[in-house]
Amino acid sequence: MKSSRRTFLKITGLSLMGWGAKPVLEVLARNESSKILKPPEALKAKRWAMVINSRRCPHGCTDCIQACHNIHNVPDFGNEKDEIKWIWHERFGDAFPGQEHPYIQAGVKERPVLVLCNHCENPPCVRVCPTQATFKRAEDGIVMMDYHRCIGCRFCIAGCPYGARSMNYRDPRPFIKKINPAFPTRTKGVVEKCNFCVERLAAGLLPACVVACKEKALFFGDLGNPDSDVRKLLRAHFTIRRKPELGTQPQVYYIV
Amino acid sequence: MLEKVLIGSRRYWSWIAFLVLFIGVGVFYYLRQLDYGLGITGMSRNVTWALYIAQFTFLVGVAASAVMVVLPYYLHNYKAFGKITILGEFLAVASVMMCLMFIIVDLGQPARAFNLLIYPTPSSILFWDMIVLNGYLLLNIVIGWTVLACEKKSVPPPRWVKPLIYISIPWAISIHTVTAFIYAGLPGRSFWLTAIMAPRFLASAFASGPALLILLCLILRKFTRFDTGKEPVQTLAKIVTYALVISIFLVGMEIFTVFYSQIPEHMKHFQYLFAGLEGHRALVPWMWASVFLAGAALILLINPRTRKNESLLAVACVAVFGSLWIEKGLGLVVTGFIPSPLGKITEYYPTGPEVLITLGVWAMGFFILTVLYKVAISVKEEIEA
Ligand code: SF4
Ligand code: SF4
Repeated sequence: MKSSRRTFLKITGLSLMGWGAKPVLEVLARNESSKILKPPEALKAKRWAMVINSRRCPHGCTDCIQACHNIHNVPDFGNEKDEIKWIWHERFGDAFPGQEHPYIQAGVKERPVLVLCNHCENPPCVRVCPTQATFKRAEDGIVMMDYHRCIGCRFCIAGCPYGARSMNYRDPRPFIKKINPAFPTRTKGVVEKCNFCVERLAAGLLPACVVACKEKALFFGDLGNPDSDVRKLLRAHFTIRRKPELGTQPQVYYIV
Repeated sequence: MLEKVLIGSRRYWSWIAFLVLFIGVGVFYYLRQLDYGLGITGMSRNVTWALYIAQFTFLVGVAASAVMVVLPYYLHNYKAFGKITILGEFLAVASVMMCLMFIIVDLGQPARAFNLLIYPTPSSILFWDMIVLNGYLLLNIVIGWTVLACEKKSVPPPRWVKPLIYISIPWAISIHTVTAFIYAGLPGRSFWLTAIMAPRFLASAFASGPALLILLCLILRKFTRFDTGKEPVQTLAKIVTYALVISIFLVGMEIFTVFYSQIPEHMKHFQYLFAGLEGHRALVPWMWASVFLAGAALILLINPRTRKNESLLAVACVAVFGSLWIEKGLGLVVTGFIPSPLGKITEYYPTGPEVLITLGVWAMGFFILTVLYKVAISVKEEIEA
C-alpha cells in the first residue's frame, strides 16, 4: 500500500496537497524535489531514540538549543507568554517531578536537564489530535506534525504531559533572527515542537543538537539495532525517563 | 412562523439593538484577533485553553439541561411542562450555537476548521464532540420547530417526531459526557483526570440550565403575555435543588480523594483554586464567591417556604447560575493548566478584546434565543387568543 501511494505521488506530483506531511517534509528536506523516495544516504531506523547524559552538561551552555532553534526557524518573541521552544533546560525537580529529595546526590539538583519532545511510543498528543496533523511515523516512530493541516485547537498541548509543544500565538516570521530557507517557517495559529530532525535524517545527517554538543552529552540512534550507540549506553548505564508512570513510553532516556 | 420576529414592541427592538451592539463589538475584535492571532488573548504557552473553551464547556451543560423538561414531559407525560418544553429546546439550540461559536473563535486556524471533517479521527474526543453537538443541534431544531408548527395549526405532531424526541434524551446526556471526556482522558493533567468528571458536569448542568430556564420563564411572564403558570417553575426549582445538592456532593468527593490521598500533583490544583499557590491567587476570590453563592442558593432552595416565593427563587437561581458559571466557566479549564506539567505557575488574565469577543458570542446566543422565543411565544399567544 505504501509503495503504491508513493508511486502515485511521483506520478501526479501532488505531494504538497496534504497527503500527510511525510512526503511533504521529505520534499522540503531535499532541494531538488523530483525524487520523493528517500535518498540512499538517508539514515534509517526501526525506532529512533535519544540518550542524554546530563552529567556532561555544563552550566550555561546552550549550544544544542541555539543550533536547533536556528535551523528550525524557531522565533524569539522575547516574552514568556508567546514563547516557542523545541528544546530547553529545566530544573531537575521540574523535569522529573517527585524525584527530588533534600538529601539527593550533590550536583544533581543544580544540574540543568535538557528537555524536548520525547517522541513517545504511545503518544497522547497523536491520540487527541482531531485532524491527524500530529501523527507517528510508522517506520521509525518519530512523532511528526503537518503544519498545513493543524487547525490550532491545542488539544495536543493539553494532551502532552511534558509541556513539549508550543502554540504560535502570533505570526512568528518577524521574530526569527535569520530565516533558514531550507526549513519551512510556520504561520500563526498552529502548534509546533521538536521533530527529531527528520529533515536532517533524510539527508543522512544526525540531529542538529547532537552535532552541536561539544561535550558529547547527546546520543541519537536506533533502538532496533543492538549495536547502536544508544543501545550500548542503555546497557551500560542506569537511565530514567520522564513520567514513565503515564504509559507514554518516552524515547528520550536520561543518565543523571 | 419566522415573520413573527419582525413584529414587536419598542422594548423588543431596543433589546435587539442592545444585543446587536455587543455582537458588533465582538465581531470587530474577532477580526482583530484573526489578524493578530490568538496572542491577543491572555492565553500563554502554559495556559492554552481559557475563557473561550470554558464558556463552551459551561454552555454544553446549559444545552444538555433541556432534557430536564423534555424527559418528564414526553417520558412521564408530565403535563405541566407542556408549555415550557419548547423553551427548553430552543434554549438548547441557542446554547449549542454558542458552543460552536466558542470553538471557532478558539481555533488558531479557523479557516481550516473543515479539516475536522476531511480527516475524521475517531481516536480524538473532539471528533466525537463535533458529532454529538451538531446532532443535538439538529435534533432540537427539528423537534422544536415541527412541534411548534403543528401547535400553530392545531394538529398533532407527525409520528416521526416521537422517535427523534426519544433519541434526543440520551443524546443530551451524551453531549455533556463527551465534553467531559475531552478533559478526563488526558494523562498528566491531574486536575481533570477523574472518573467523576462526566457525572459532575451533568449534575452542575442540571442545576445551572434549569435555573436559567426559571429565570427566563419569570422574565417572559413579566414582559409578555405568555405565562407558564406556577407549577412548572416550582418543579424546575426542585430539579435545580436536587442537582445542586448532587453537584456539591460530587465536588466534595473530589476534594476528599485529593486531600486524603495527599498526592501533591492532585492537591496543587485545588490549592491554587482555593488558597493560592506560591503567592498566585488570581482565582481564589472567585472560587470563594462561587462557594458562597452555592451555599446561599442551597439555603434558599432547600427551604420550601423560600423556594415557593418566586422573588426569592429568582435570587436563588441567579446565585446558582453565577456559582456554577464561576466553577465551570472560569475555574475548571484554566486550573487544569496551573501548575503546568513542568511545575510552572502562570496566572491567566483575560484581555479586553478576549472579554469583548466572549460577550459578543454570548450576545449572539441571546439574539438567537430571543428570535426563537419570539416565534414560540407569538405562536402560543395566537393559539390562546
Ligand atoms: S513528548 Fe508530548 S508532544 Fe512529544 S510525543 Fe510525547 S506526548 Fe507528544
Ligand atoms: S493544535 Fe493542531 S496538531 Fe494540535 S491537536 Fe489541534 S489540530 Fe492537532
